[in-house]
Amino acid sequence: MSEKMEPAMPPAGRLILILSVIALISGVTIVFAYQITAEPIARNHRERLERAVFTVLPGAEQRVNYSLDDDGLARLAGEEIDRANVYAGYDSGGDLVGVALEASAMGYADTIRMLYGYSPQRECIIGFTVLQSSETPGLGALIATDPDFLANFECLDAELNEEQTALENEIRTVTRRDAEEDWEIDGITGATVSSEAVGRALRESAERYLPLLARYRDDLPEQMEAE
Amino acid sequence: MSSASKQDGPITYETFMSGAWKQNPVFSRLLGLCPALAVSNTAVNSLVMGLASSVVVICSSIIISLLRNVIPKQIRIAAYMIVIATFVTAVDYGIHALSLELYDALGAFILLIVVNCMILGQCESHASKHRVTTAAVNAGGTAAGFTAALLMIGSIREILGFGTFFGITVFGEGFQTWAIFVLPPGGFFVLAVWLIIFAMVQRRKEMSARPQSARSGKEVVHAT
Repeated sequence: MSEKMEPAMPPAGRLILILSVIALISGVTIVFAYQITAEPIARNHRERLERAVFTVLPGAEQRVNYSLDDDGLARLAGEEIDRANVYAGYDSGGDLVGVALEASAMGYADTIRMLYGYSPQRECIIGFTVLQSSETPGLGALIATDPDFLANFECLDAELNEEQTALENEIRTVTRRDAEEDWEIDGITGATVSSEAVGRALRESAERYLPLLARYRDDLPEQMEAE
Repeated sequence: MSSASKQDGPITYETFMSGAWKQNPVFSRLLGLCPALAVSNTAVNSLVMGLASSVVVICSSIIISLLRNVIPKQIRIAAYMIVIATFVTAVDYGIHALSLELYDALGAFILLIVVNCMILGQCESHASKHRVTTAAVNAGGTAAGFTAALLMIGSIREILGFGTFFGITVFGEGFQTWAIFVLPPGGFFVLAVWLIIFAMVQRRKEMSARPQSARSGKEVVHAT
């Protein structure tokens, strides 16, 4: 116990033992902390996604999760939210407002993950929000908050071509105040890289998913259906 | 630093204040500057970072003070790191569970509290040499000093950089925000100004304290 007087080097076994015991206790503590927080963390992520879906689909109050891939559009039960990539939003009357889809692209600092709302009836993007980004505060991070930038997504043209295989016009970001066409996004001065990433992400996601959505449109009910 | 065999005196106001003021980690010892600059762009981020570091430094100090006679000197740094890392991980989970917005804003810097030299410094130079209560109070002082320093930097940066304070708008519509204060250079500017002010105040205090009391106290400092 007491080694106060200039202790000689304790045997290695003792050092290892002490470190192991400390590490063991530490490990148990961390597992305990993980157990306590796992549930609230998962709930936080769910709530954030839910809020995001209702943000990008103005008027939506109810949500149904779907998974969309080359094989079709499949409705998911509540607990399968992890596999979902399409979220249909319905208003209070049960009418389809649109679907929310995820998009992502490399921004200035890291990958930006975003969610956008698409209205199949109007064939345009009706809402946009950032799910996760590490963009520079005050500059790139403005893509999430700048009202002028968000105004781009009141009805951003995302019409498909005749064959329903690709976008009729490629969505892209242009310099601020230069947007002339409905499918052009007005960028943010000082946040060129981030605003362009948004345009690129939306284009890529729209090119991939909107033709699929058109192909399996019949599987997406216009009216909210009970599970 | 005082030697290990030194008996701890009673806990006084001084025990707390030496960490908070005289040895303020950011403004006096310039420790923990990485988080102090990196996440102090808003008052909320500063406060949360300060509190998170506070929890870690206080808890680690208590544990290390309790174990100070058990941990052999050869492995003490490794042992300290494990203890600190444990608390940091727990705090990381805690913030993640509390608020995703905060968690995203602070990002990797929560986990990087592990390598905040303020905490290791506190454990090595104080907690491992004093009994639990003294160690906890002194760590509390350091923690309070760190949090206050972060908040002082963060408030200025938020007010100038975003025109808000804790998210509340302080300036009218026409205020042109200075984005530079939110960016890393702004952190350095604000830190520099605070350092100047802090040094001036501390020097003035020293000057006025010297004539009455300092002589004997000063010699003790030299002797140890």
